[in-house]
Amino acid sequence: MAFITTFIILFGFWIFLSGMFDLFHLSLGIISCALVSLISGDLLFSQKSVTKSHLFQILRFLKYLFWLLYQIVLANLHVAYLVLHPKMYSLIDPHIIRFKVRLKSDISLTTLANSITLTPGTITVLIHKDHFYVHSIDQKVADDLLTGDMEERVASIYREE
Amino acid sequence: MEIIAILLICAGTFFYLTGTIGLLRFPDFYSRMHATGKSDTLGTLLSLLGLALYTGLTLTSVKILFIAVFVFLTSPTATHALLRAAFDSKISPWTKDGKDLRDGEVRRK
Repeated sequence: MAFITTFIILFGFWIFLSGMFDLFHLSLGIISCALVSLISGDLLFSQKSVTKSHLFQILRFLKYLFWLLYQIVLANLHVAYLVLHPKMYSLIDPHIIRFKVRLKSDISLTTLANSITLTPGTITVLIHKDHFYVHSIDQKVADDLLTGDMEERVASIYREE
Repeated sequence: MEIIAILLICAGTFFYLTGTIGLLRFPDFYSRMHATGKSDTLGTLLSLLGLALYTGLTLTSVKILFIAVFVFLTSPTATHALLRAAFDSKISPWTKDGKDLRDGEVRRK
């Protein structure tokens, strides 16, 4: 089952990227997609069935993505301001901050870590057990992060306590 | 439509520019990664969006949007990997008071 679904997705992507419908290109696509699905077909779908809650999870994730995009633009403007300011050295105050998160699963930790790295001014350095080590460029972005707003939003996507 | 595309590409180039200036001005490895790793992501996103709008709704523009999605996924991971490597090889971050903060300072409110 996982093999067939993976194959269909990959082959659709192949046709979409190549844009050619002659026998040579299509057969090349079939061979390579079948090989890839044989080797790594179990990577994409580790669970057996797709339920309704997965669909809602994707919807919530999309909603989060739009919020994140907005945050990225805001934070990028802040960093651009810092970079272009003549007295930059008195404005920036880099620190490595550490805080505890209550997220448990790998996927939510990855989402949070990548979101932190994407919003300028903060980069995830290390995740050690349930502690995040984050390098922040100044006090403002560190305070924004420590309000825990982002963590709550990530938790609500994956419905974690 | 063309005007919006040009504006988007200009905005993208502006973020590339700030990223480069930041790379030159910031004091140490960690803060330089802030300038390059992130401004580039938004810069790429904006310029690709502009290009996609410019070509109109064709196969090419959808491919361009896919590039944007993949950059969005891989760029923060690469930034994190570089920073992690620096942290593991015990490079201390530049701070105002010159204190070594590699152990992590708790500043929770």
